[in-house]
Amino acid sequence: MDIFATALPALGDAWGLILQPVVIGYLLLGVAMGLAVGVFPGLGGIAGLSLLLPFMFGMEPVYGLALMIGMVAVVPTSDTFSSVLMGIPGSSASQATVLDGFPMAKNGQAARALAAAFTSSLFGGLVGALFLTLFILVARPIVLAFGLPEMLMITILGLSMVAVLAGRVALKGLAAAGLGLMVGTIGEADAGGSLRMATYDIPYLIDGLKLVIVGLGIFAVPEIVSLLRQDRAIAREARLGAGWADGVRDWVANKWLSVRCSLIGVLIGVIPGLGGSVVDWIAYGHAVQTTKDKSRFGKGEVRGVIGPESSNNAKEGGGLVPTLLFGIPGSGSMAVFIGAIALLGSGDIEVGPKMLQDNLDITYSIVWLLALANVFGTLLCIALSGGIARMTTIRFTYLAPFLFMLISFAAFQSGQNFEDLLALVGIGLIGIFLRRFDWSRPAFLIGFVLSNPVEKFSNQAFQIASFRFRKSFEEGIDYIFSPIVIVLIVVTVVSVVVGIRQAKSIMAEGDVKSGSKRAPLVFLLIVSAYLATAVVNASLIPDINMTDKIVPMVVGGIALACCAVLFVQMMLRPETDPIFADKETAGEDAEAPHGLWPTLAWFGGLIAATWVLGFILALAGFLIAFLRLRAQAGWGKVLLLTACGIAFMCLMAGALNRDFPPGMLQDAVDLPWPLK
Amino acid sequence: MNLSKFAKSLVAATFLSGAVAAPAVAETDFSGQTIEWVIPFSETGGSAKWANFFAPLLSEALPGNPTVVVKFMPGAGSTKGANWFQSQEHEDGTLLFGTSGSTQFPYLLGDPRVRYEYSDWNPVMATGTGGVAYLNAEDGKKFDGSANGLKGIDFIYGSQGATRLDLVPLLAWKMLGMNVEPVFGIKGRGDGRLMFERGEATIDYQTSSGYLGASVDLVAAGTAVPMMSWGALDDDGNIVRDPTFPDIPTFKEVCEATEGCATSGEAWDAWKAFFVAGFPSQKIAFLPAGTPQEVIDTYVKAFEAVRARPDFKTLAAKQVGKYPMFVGAGAARATKDATTVSPEAKAFVLDWLEQDYGVSLN
Repeated sequence: MDIFATALPALGDAWGLILQPVVIGYLLLGVAMGLAVGVFPGLGGIAGLSLLLPFMFGMEPVYGLALMIGMVAVVPTSDTFSSVLMGIPGSSASQATVLDGFPMAKNGQAARALAAAFTSSLFGGLVGALFLTLFILVARPIVLAFGLPEMLMITILGLSMVAVLAGRVALKGLAAAGLGLMVGTIGEADAGGSLRMATYDIPYLIDGLKLVIVGLGIFAVPEIVSLLRQDRAIAREARLGAGWADGVRDWVANKWLSVRCSLIGVLIGVIPGLGGSVVDWIAYGHAVQTTKDKSRFGKGEVRGVIGPESSNNAKEGGGLVPTLLFGIPGSGSMAVFIGAIALLGSGDIEVGPKMLQDNLDITYSIVWLLALANVFGTLLCIALSGGIARMTTIRFTYLAPFLFMLISFAAFQSGQNFEDLLALVGIGLIGIFLRRFDWSRPAFLIGFVLSNPVEKFSNQAFQIASFRFRKSFEEGIDYIFSPIVIVLIVVTVVSVVVGIRQAKSIMAEGDVKSGSKRAPLVFLLIVSAYLATAVVNASLIPDINMTDKIVPMVVGGIALACCAVLFVQMMLRPETDPIFADKETAGEDAEAPHGLWPTLAWFGGLIAATWVLGFILALAGFLIAFLRLRAQAGWGKVLLLTACGIAFMCLMAGALNRDFPPGMLQDAVDLPWPLK
Repeated sequence: MNLSKFAKSLVAATFLSGAVAAPAVAETDFSGQTIEWVIPFSETGGSAKWANFFAPLLSEALPGNPTVVVKFMPGAGSTKGANWFQSQEHEDGTLLFGTSGSTQFPYLLGDPRVRYEYSDWNPVMATGTGGVAYLNAEDGKKFDGSANGLKGIDFIYGSQGATRLDLVPLLAWKMLGMNVEPVFGIKGRGDGRLMFERGEATIDYQTSSGYLGASVDLVAAGTAVPMMSWGALDDDGNIVRDPTFPDIPTFKEVCEATEGCATSGEAWDAWKAFFVAGFPSQKIAFLPAGTPQEVIDTYVKAFEAVRARPDFKTLAAKQVGKYPMFVGAGAARATKDATTVSPEAKAFVLDWLEQDYGVSLN
């Protein structure tokens, strides 16, 4: 085979390049930096890579690649820390990990969850690299076979995971997904530029809401608030049960699941334009569907951690295909990576179709540096996990102010507007109520994540299909129903049918008791009112921009119909029906010593003080007040912890060259950094 | 801003008054300082690549070798960052701002989000690019240097939006009497090329670097046929063949050869005005309003030194192409070209956008 005749020597050359002490040294340096950035939720690889860029100019290509890849590769590994330990999705690739990882931490099994996650990551990374080594040679035609109808179908497959995650009342899950889709359409439409639920007077809304903020708001804020109300440690018994060795054993017991999810990760990663946002949900759905006893999902099922974590590192490898072969970055960090490659050496490595002909050895170096970085990163993470997992035994009241600090900073980094913080509070409120009334939060998030792809791909595929149909009927049908599309349709239908049957047993929010009718009904009416407003708003867009209005109107209409049926059901059913699920009637939240609003007010206070004083001053005041009044710590402890928090924030922001949210004070007076 | 900078500006503020403060020392030395080069786009775009390329070179050339960091402030198609820059005033010369065609076009079209005014800023450097349009193999056979054979064909084109740089190719094809249907909503020209490679789009255009990076291979493989370049400007402002693509005819030549397409009149004037704004002086680096002449001169000298590096041509070939890099007075002229269109050209384009794409900018 002539493919092997070219591949094998190049592979040999690549290993020759990689296995030099200096290269390994740079790789380790990159890994260490990536870990430091990755544990910080919401920043991800872009922040780290941007930091490295100034050094890339004229650098020996392999050294530069080692440094950058070390950094990029470990971010999806290390972001697992915040997903599992704090319930904060570290990046879009680890949102599904939160679903079972965080409950495991609550059960005192943080170290086990982390070890299982890291082992899966490692394995996923290696499978990805192995697969790519062969696949990259034949990838081009396969990637080109994925046109718009195919991408639309994969997006719909991702959406179909809502069926699995809808919760006990399927209609509520569907309505939550619809709400997520509608929230995702806020802002300027991609196609015609019409504004939806936005106005030029509020520039912030024009770009739409950022995934980081929605992820933090939907998952992190409700969990932090809930735990804080209960005033206990994350791990219920405040001690750790299983250790990291159990996690590795868990992975061994589920290795085939890990293999399958790794392949899902690589394959979806390979397709340009989809990015990482669907992969972990599809993997999670797959893990659920292939598990016999589904009752533990959402409560700390280790398979729910192994699935997404196997896929998200494999996806990084898959993402190299469009990046290197087509010069089309699969993610933001890959885009920066491409830019940086052009700066390396004499600048003659150019990403694109020529990469395979001219630089196959470099291509293979990249693939295997990625694999090697995964190995180093995972070993480091596993080594750290036992110690870091102890965090879950700390009384949460001491942890919470720092988590508020972290998520505020992370939210601000997404757009560098004060409005980012307001959006975080707003979405956080939605998350709190979705959680309280047992509307599926994963369904909402899947809807939000896939909103833009659904709209974009369906509009574009429709336009091109009608263009083909105008030529001839056959061409149109061939375009829409390609073999790949048909296979994907079958997979989707099977997944939905199986999913609906299983959904009832998967209670992501636990067994939520039902109580009075009033509160759930009011929430339903508020959601319906928003949906109705959004649909009317979309209907006002002139018909010439049909592409901008059709999706919000159809999706909004369906979601409204769900709400209408729910409304009728609520009228007819007794108040003990699961449809009236309300966490405030019984269970942990209802029995919590602190109320929802006073707890949320602390967070609101931080944001309000930031608006006046700027972030660092507000943070200092917030930490002192919180630790003293809420945690009732002694002054020594208060001051020490506050100083540590501020110092950490400044160190991190300083190193990454990031700003803090300014307030009115900063408008009036010029202050030195970090008060600026 | 660090403490010492803060102290310096405090001292400066105490001793000097007025918006345009004269510098305390005659020569600006940036030793130990950090220059922030703000780009109103995300880390992933062409402007990021551009600034990241120049940043280390600028650092070497400025007196005192300050660290030059590129900062990203994306949002609202770059108008957010530009509005922010409008509110900045000269402090100590450590703020630099970079714009692109995507910043120029909303300004020229009177986008309601625009609250910035180019003439307030101080251009120090500008670079340009070109663009090449190409056809698929089947339709390419009907292209004979004129668009006469292409008139009955329906084309499909992956576009980022009619008010962006895509305005230039869309208007050109319209003037040639071609029926090109844009599929809006793609995220970058790379996605457009991919759509073309998959056979979903049948016509495409790339800026020079994009064309050289990947489309040339399609041409070599016979799956794409180059149609025309937008051309380049000579010293008198005439459109001539693009030095990067001397073998590809310009739109002007194709238009002249095509029945019903005129290289004079309001359509042509409008096309040329927006071409000039979008390509030959596409990316410009600015110092904020109120910057003293000494600081401007320091930057101009530094960029001149960058341009004079013996290895600059080879370094720049891939980043900015074989296009001139304008510095100082040249950059000022390029900025003027890029940010002025006649009211007639503006009215023509706005009318066409409304008619064909239902876009109304208010």
